[in-house]
Amino acid sequence: MELWFSEFHTPDVKHSIRMKKHLYSKKSDFWQIDIFDTPEFGKVLALDGNVMLTERDEFIYDEMITHVPMSVHPYVKDVLVIGAGDGGVVRELARYDSIEKIDLVEMDPQVLEACRTFLPENACRLDDERVHIFYDNALRFIRRSTGRYDLIIVDSTDPFGPSEGYFTKEFYGICYNALREDGIMVNQQGSPFYQHDALEMQRSHKKIASTFPISRVYQAHIPTYAAGYWLFGFASKKYHPIDDMDTTRWKELGLVTQYYTPKLHIGAFYLPAFLERMLEEVEENGKEKEEC
Amino acid sequence: MKEYKLNQNRAPIYEALQTFRNMRVVPFDVPGHKHGRGNPELMEFLGQKCVGVDVNSMKPLDNLCHPVSVIREAEELIADAFGAAYAFLMVGGTTSSVQSMVLSTCKRGDKIILPRNVHRSVINALVLCGAIPVYVNPEVDRRLGIALGMQREQVEQAIRENPDAKAVLVNNPTYYGICSDLRAIVKMAHDAGMYCLADEAHGTHFYFGKGMPVSAMEAGADMAAVSMHKSGGSLTQSSLLLIGPNMNAGHVRQIINLTQTTSGSYLLMSSLDISRRNLALRGQEVFTGVVQMAEYAREEINAIGGYDAFGRELINGNSIYDFDPTKLSVHTRDIGLAGIEVYDLLRDEYDIQIEFGDIGNILAYLSIGDRAQELERLVSALAEIRRRYQRDCSGLLSQEYIAPEVVKSPQEAFYASKKSLPIEQTIGLVCSEFVMCYPPGIPILAPGERITEEILAYIEYAREKGCSMTGPEDAEIRNLNVLKEETKNGIMV
Repeated sequence: MELWFSEFHTPDVKHSIRMKKHLYSKKSDFWQIDIFDTPEFGKVLALDGNVMLTERDEFIYDEMITHVPMSVHPYVKDVLVIGAGDGGVVRELARYDSIEKIDLVEMDPQVLEACRTFLPENACRLDDERVHIFYDNALRFIRRSTGRYDLIIVDSTDPFGPSEGYFTKEFYGICYNALREDGIMVNQQGSPFYQHDALEMQRSHKKIASTFPISRVYQAHIPTYAAGYWLFGFASKKYHPIDDMDTTRWKELGLVTQYYTPKLHIGAFYLPAFLERMLEEVEENGKEKEEC
Repeated sequence: MKEYKLNQNRAPIYEALQTFRNMRVVPFDVPGHKHGRGNPELMEFLGQKCVGVDVNSMKPLDNLCHPVSVIREAEELIADAFGAAYAFLMVGGTTSSVQSMVLSTCKRGDKIILPRNVHRSVINALVLCGAIPVYVNPEVDRRLGIALGMQREQVEQAIRENPDAKAVLVNNPTYYGICSDLRAIVKMAHDAGMYCLADEAHGTHFYFGKGMPVSAMEAGADMAAVSMHKSGGSLTQSSLLLIGPNMNAGHVRQIINLTQTTSGSYLLMSSLDISRRNLALRGQEVFTGVVQMAEYAREEINAIGGYDAFGRELINGNSIYDFDPTKLSVHTRDIGLAGIEVYDLLRDEYDIQIEFGDIGNILAYLSIGDRAQELERLVSALAEIRRRYQRDCSGLLSQEYIAPEVVKSPQEAFYASKKSLPIEQTIGLVCSEFVMCYPPGIPILAPGERITEEILAYIEYAREKGCSMTGPEDAEIRNLNVLKEETKNGIMV
């Protein structure tokens, strides 16, 4: 018997993974949650039929969204993680002893529960005593906070569906407000390749660029995401993602990584020409609008 | 769930259209697009399912002008669901329902008692039929700058002073969700031999929600214009006209047919049919959810500081006899921004479209289709607007209600000889056209009313703040049409 999972990356492009076994399927208040085992990618978590992570390539995403800001900001004590119910980002953050508190805001308790059971490699540090889990809408959770965090990591699903609110100007504004005066916000910024994704990426970059004084985009290669090519946003009140990175300090921590290296960190900010143009286009428009 | 006489699971028009679809009837009648085939671009845009039921009246689908089968059944089901003696499907918007109420009860020269903050469609109906408005000037909440409901004493006085009036018209509720004491007003009107008409453009949910203000039919009103497409979920431009037992349904049908299309849209009619079924079966539960969302939003918005999301605390037993708990109105003056400015910022900066902004307030419309996640966006965007744009509020004008002086009937003024003058030269003259901020579409000036310095100052201020001003022939409102001569008061222009 052949059993295949397919995800449409566009209406005309389909990415298929052979399945061994369907391990978990449940409809929560927010989405259809599925976890299944595959020969090539190990266990896979899908929400509403979209791959969120696979055991095989999740390290790329979780390392890049965590270690890039952590090697730039000199003293991260308070971190807010939004989404990330699988626990991968928390696992990476928990490796830093200097962090005192990690608030994890996830809207769906079912995702956490499923990941604790079926993806223990990701969820392994959710019980760390520094981690505080809140099941809430992040807009509500942080809009009354001012200057409370050094780092905010937005590990949301795509901007179509329940996470739509995490790609809005009001959201970036309240994140800005919730950060200390040298705070950093990193978010998953989608893919620039297929037109539908690219437009959303441009829209959110425009909003971030008009909210934070420093806003840069960096990239990674993630095989199971659309086009295998993914972007992250680095938005900051003070620190520059390359000029202010402290390679020596980070190396002294002795963290062993599979994807991230300080050299790759720098390289990740060097973008292909077409993407540079896409970003400049909305940055300029954003500026013109601000001047009016 | 409420008890109904008829089986509210039925949806006769919807069922007839389903059957029609399955019969694959060959169309040699209008509309000419023939189930969309003749207009592929339209079909691609709207979808085959949609254009496939854009069909003409025919035996199995009944006829809106003279319904005898499925449309009649649908109307009876609506009457049952809304507690009315009879109900009419309307396809010309609630404007057509309002006009039918006025035209059914008033003719040329008859008086009608109404609050000034009526929708333009009411005064348009007066232009059509020649009835004369007797305005009950609503009380104004000075701080919020909004017109309230009619006080019982004022209605009583208007009835006493105008015993020949034919009808009393009541907003149930106003755009802001404010209700007058409808039961008392119905009784006063009936005791004086007048009809009581209710503009329920914003009151569909009163018939289904729990703990809502009283609906017109329950209060004993004779006619009600109900915008199903607002809180009821049907398609834009579909509406309902309800009547009580004192009305002659056949006469009302004749009045409706004076101005209504003979090609009623089955898209609109089926949307009314399906929406009525949904409201009858699930309305109570749905509106309980809407009220909870509105209450939650009020708490959260008030916690931001500076904003005043007002609600039932305003109730005063008379001019605010009741308040619609689904309405999310927010007073913005204390953060130094006019409501219209917040309205514009929400749209331009945050991609959030709300219902309207006036001088001091905004109104977000919550209904059957809302979800908590969008509400979080709205509240957060308001918090951001306060953080980024808050300023000193001392320069802001508080919105004043300006009592109109009616010199001529709207119809007389509308059709009289007139001339166009630069707006600043019109003080003291009689206006022959409407001026209004849209939305909410409540007139600042109506045909036949005297133009004052105060009114012009208000128009100028509203324009400066970015309100969309409509009504006059001159879209820029640099010129106004005024009556050529006004012999009674001896003013010649």
